[in-house]
Amino acid sequence: MSERLLVEGNEAVGYGALDAGCDCYFGYPITPQNEIIEWLSRELPKRGGVVLQAQCETSTINMVQGAAATGARVMTSTSGPGWSLMQEGMSNIATAEVPCVVVLVQRGGPGTGGLRQVQMDYNSVTKGGGHGDYRNIVLAPASVQETYELMQLAFYLADKYRVAVVVLSDALIGQMMEPLELKKLDFGPLPSKEDWVVTGKSYHKDGVKHMSLIVKGTPDDPRFPTWLSFPKHLYEKYQTIEKNEVRYEAVALEDASLVIVAFGYMGRISKGAVKIARGEGLKVGLLRPITLWPFPKEAIAQLAERGFTFLVVEDNFGQMVEDVRAAVCGHGSGGIHLLNMFARSSSADGALIHPRRIVEECKQILGGNR
Amino acid sequence: MSQIEKQRVWVSGTPRLWRYNPIGARQCAGCHSPIVERIICEVIEEMGIEGNVICVTGIGCSALANFLFDFDSLKVAHGRPVDAATGVKRALRGRPVVFTLQGDGDCIGLGGGALISAASRAEKITVIMANNAVYGQTRGQMAPTTLVGQVTTTTPFGRSPAEHGYPIHTAELVAQIKGTAYSVRTAVNNPANYQRTKKYLKTAFQKQIDNVGFTFVEILEACPTLWRMSPVESLKWLEEVLMAEFPLGEFKNVDKIE
Repeated sequence: MSERLLVEGNEAVGYGALDAGCDCYFGYPITPQNEIIEWLSRELPKRGGVVLQAQCETSTINMVQGAAATGARVMTSTSGPGWSLMQEGMSNIATAEVPCVVVLVQRGGPGTGGLRQVQMDYNSVTKGGGHGDYRNIVLAPASVQETYELMQLAFYLADKYRVAVVVLSDALIGQMMEPLELKKLDFGPLPSKEDWVVTGKSYHKDGVKHMSLIVKGTPDDPRFPTWLSFPKHLYEKYQTIEKNEVRYEAVALEDASLVIVAFGYMGRISKGAVKIARGEGLKVGLLRPITLWPFPKEAIAQLAERGFTFLVVEDNFGQMVEDVRAAVCGHGSGGIHLLNMFARSSSADGALIHPRRIVEECKQILGGNR
Repeated sequence: MSQIEKQRVWVSGTPRLWRYNPIGARQCAGCHSPIVERIICEVIEEMGIEGNVICVTGIGCSALANFLFDFDSLKVAHGRPVDAATGVKRALRGRPVVFTLQGDGDCIGLGGGALISAASRAEKITVIMANNAVYGQTRGQMAPTTLVGQVTTTTPFGRSPAEHGYPIHTAELVAQIKGTAYSVRTAVNNPANYQRTKKYLKTAFQKQIDNVGFTFVEILEACPTLWRMSPVESLKWLEEVLMAEFPLGEFKNVDKIE
């Protein structure tokens, strides 16, 4: 039997990083992710890894870019305000095509906002966030165990596609303690980094220099991409990811007539709501996207074709609901309802949308009152 | 062999590391950047570190060198080479010689915070900052190093202390920081200074190799195009006006940081 621990979600990020073979961590303190930088500062150097606390998040993401260009498995972590500072780097990493993992532990916004859980950074992580046309793979865990497993997947996907992968945690999952079972995951072979890493010319097989550039496009040299061939290459890469890497959890969808769509901790709370609703004889199911980009739009479109109605539950104004609308558009006529943060139980910053409240909403929708 | 390589003309005495440039030579007549690039190549060859050196450039005229240099390099965002160089150096556990090649706007304008923090951490990298007192690539706006009274496209009546403040003396500033092992200002306006700059750069690289601390080399460069002068006039202005504001010399040179 493998080892079982009782840890916080933020520590599970650390355990996941270690088991993925994370080599370098660059970070800057910000609540509610301080446990990550503190834990890794303690544990990573023991295993020969590099940890550096930088002077700001703008610096951490650029240190990540530099370290990633050498082929190291590298990560950083932050929360909302730091994430905003990182957008320049995220955009450059997309062009430089260096693999890295960014853990975003969401907190209240906009502005400095609050320190407790929200899901307000959905649009920023899934639609790019910085300037230019690019995507990040976004993985949204709903538990401490899943945080640990998705960290390992994140490093794998980053290396597989040479992209930045965002693990979208939040103050709730990050600071909640749960049992964690450690198990190293094997996702299969990865392409070699030999032909692009920047490590010094004499360290390359053929002795030909390598360049890691954020400016791509030359007019007249066939060895380098042109102004059009480079965006086309990125576009095709993103299409491959959309085709191959969609992940979601389906709960009781077979005979459902109402499908809740929710991610992260709201996905988990909605799972509780489905259980209560089923106990009361309501035909409610759940689709919990694990990859927020690529979004499981095909799965949602297929459900829409079958005539299902949707209830999107998210702890923000309503951001993912737009992706659900886009997925449903042209597939069936089922309604799309939204239960947003204003269904929280109280005005306290730690308040949540409770399962009972979700069940109540389901009853209203199924009763034709919405 | 590609078309570009066939077209390449080898000039006797050119450093081996000075290679083809598929985007074409971009520097203007009388620009000092190619001189600095050549010095870098010569120093690397003479020190025998050519297989184990990584250059990090940012955005700006000084940062067109990636294609030119025949060794590994990164090009990162404006103001961020110092951070990226830190990442490279740390990830490779201090093995290669890592240097940045930046303009004054890149280095002390946008990247000022990163520069001071890296020096404070005694980061084992070398920062080469080209100082031409204007923004070159964006065509002549005021830079952090623009002199009082100097006319640029954003100070059309001259830089006024009341409105725009004063130029930054980066080499002196960096010399004040404890983690700095070496800080120097030099120029490439004549053969004597060319040789001095080579010596300074070798010293900086050697201190990096010896893990002494942060090393900084500021180089005054002429920009005839944006100073609105002929190359010869610009040399005169550099020697008489720019050097009066920015004196040359070593501001810090220690073998051990106590």
